[in-house]
Amino acid sequence: MRPLVPVSPAARVGLGVAFFVVFFAAWGVATLGGYVNPTFLADPLTMLRAGWRLLVVHGFYEDIAITIWRVFGGFALAAAVGVPLGILMGAYKGIEAFFEPFISFARYLPASGFIPLLILWAGIGELEKLLVIFIGSFFQLVLMVAVTVGSTRRDLVEAAYTLGARAGGVVRRVLLPSSAPTIAESLRLVLGWAWTYVIVAELIGASTGIGHMITDSQALLDTGQIIFGIVVIGVIGLISDYLFKTLNQRLFPWSLA
Amino acid sequence: MARLTIDQVSRRFPGARGHAPTQALEPMSFTVADNDFLAILGPSGCGKSTLLRIVAGLDTPSSGRVLLDEVPVAGPGPDRGMVFQSYTLFPWLTVSDNIRFGLRERRVPVAEQARVAREYIGRVGLTGFEHHLPKMLSGGMQQRTALARALANDPKILLLDEPFGALDTQTRALMQELLLSVWEAERKTVLFVTHDIDEAVFMANRVLVMTARPGRIKAVVEVALPRPRHYTVKTTPEFAALKARLTDEIRAESIRAVEMET
Repeated sequence: MRPLVPVSPAARVGLGVAFFVVFFAAWGVATLGGYVNPTFLADPLTMLRAGWRLLVVHGFYEDIAITIWRVFGGFALAAAVGVPLGILMGAYKGIEAFFEPFISFARYLPASGFIPLLILWAGIGELEKLLVIFIGSFFQLVLMVAVTVGSTRRDLVEAAYTLGARAGGVVRRVLLPSSAPTIAESLRLVLGWAWTYVIVAELIGASTGIGHMITDSQALLDTGQIIFGIVVIGVIGLISDYLFKTLNQRLFPWSLA
Repeated sequence: MARLTIDQVSRRFPGARGHAPTQALEPMSFTVADNDFLAILGPSGCGKSTLLRIVAGLDTPSSGRVLLDEVPVAGPGPDRGMVFQSYTLFPWLTVSDNIRFGLRERRVPVAEQARVAREYIGRVGLTGFEHHLPKMLSGGMQQRTALARALANDPKILLLDEPFGALDTQTRALMQELLLSVWEAERKTVLFVTHDIDEAVFMANRVLVMTARPGRIKAVVEVALPRPRHYTVKTTPEFAALKARLTDEIRAESIRAVEMET
């Protein structure tokens, strides 16, 4: 192996799958081999059986659907406000100077710490869940977008000016298209974070959703169900990440090396 | 009519954190006549690019003013087309869309945009590459597109900041010939910044030699070689004599420039 030398696509997929195999094998050996107390860690087969029961008997797919809706709802809210604000901050330094210190402060406020307050304000309905995700994603997203737009190549901006572009034209026809691929990449990352916040929001004061199922299973000491819930989140995350990546590659072919 | 007047233009960059300010350009004055081709030759760091950026309106002089057809320059505009040393094509636009950028910005009708783009793509020899993205093009092709993009705006004056500096010697020679043929056809006023003596003599009507920092005008040399110029002119005794003279002028400045850095 030499540094930075690429591997073939087949080897890439093979190696990626191989780690999943190693991981499940180690888990299987530890649990089925009797090295771990089954009360604390279910084996892979029990996990699959628990998952089957959840889906068929308990209608777990409804929880999955509601969790997905919460994630995308909160994420869409954060993106709808955060991307335009980030673009304005990146483009206009006065706007950045106005918002940046507060947003830098706000992004360190833990979203999960807001849950008790949000329950007080918005109850334990859907709005509260969306707000947790919004708070968790919004501030990070704004800063990432602002930095991206602010680091647009200056020579491209200057070229646009010498071609007769004015301020509005530079924003629309240089800053936006040149930042778009990185903004899309930031959205992909933030969507990943939204998944962690939704589960936190559902652990407290929820009666539906994957997170709620996980807290319920804890009371029943059903580690199989807990692990199944976690795995489902991972699989959905993997799929949405893959779709996002493919979409970005389709939309911005010029930005690929 | 495009007559460029540089009137007592100087540039001083403020010092950072207690360092003394840098005088990049001493006050200088000269004019460039309509259809003239003036090369500005100087060692690296002499402020020749700063001067060009001031003419483009991308930088502001500390004193003096720049006039284009008697109108003071107060910022960048489409009447002064520029080609940069770095590759500045918009990477998300095709060759054709890059060339149409300025036309679109000025709300030229779409059919007219397409006609102009086609015309200039032909002139810089890129027919067949209209729908290529910049990353699919060689350095020489990118700079030809950049030249076409600047010309498509029909500027009064063309500002060229070492546009072929990053190209290999062979491509560079071909680009010089291409630029000359375009200039001979269009008769734009051209201000061409370079540190390459051959390039300056081959292309320009006059060569303005600048001193090492702070930049001043050291000499203005007329290049009375006949036009249209063919690349074989580079082997004539007249060319060699001009080159020898400019080499002399610039050598002393390059030595000073190196000494200032050490």
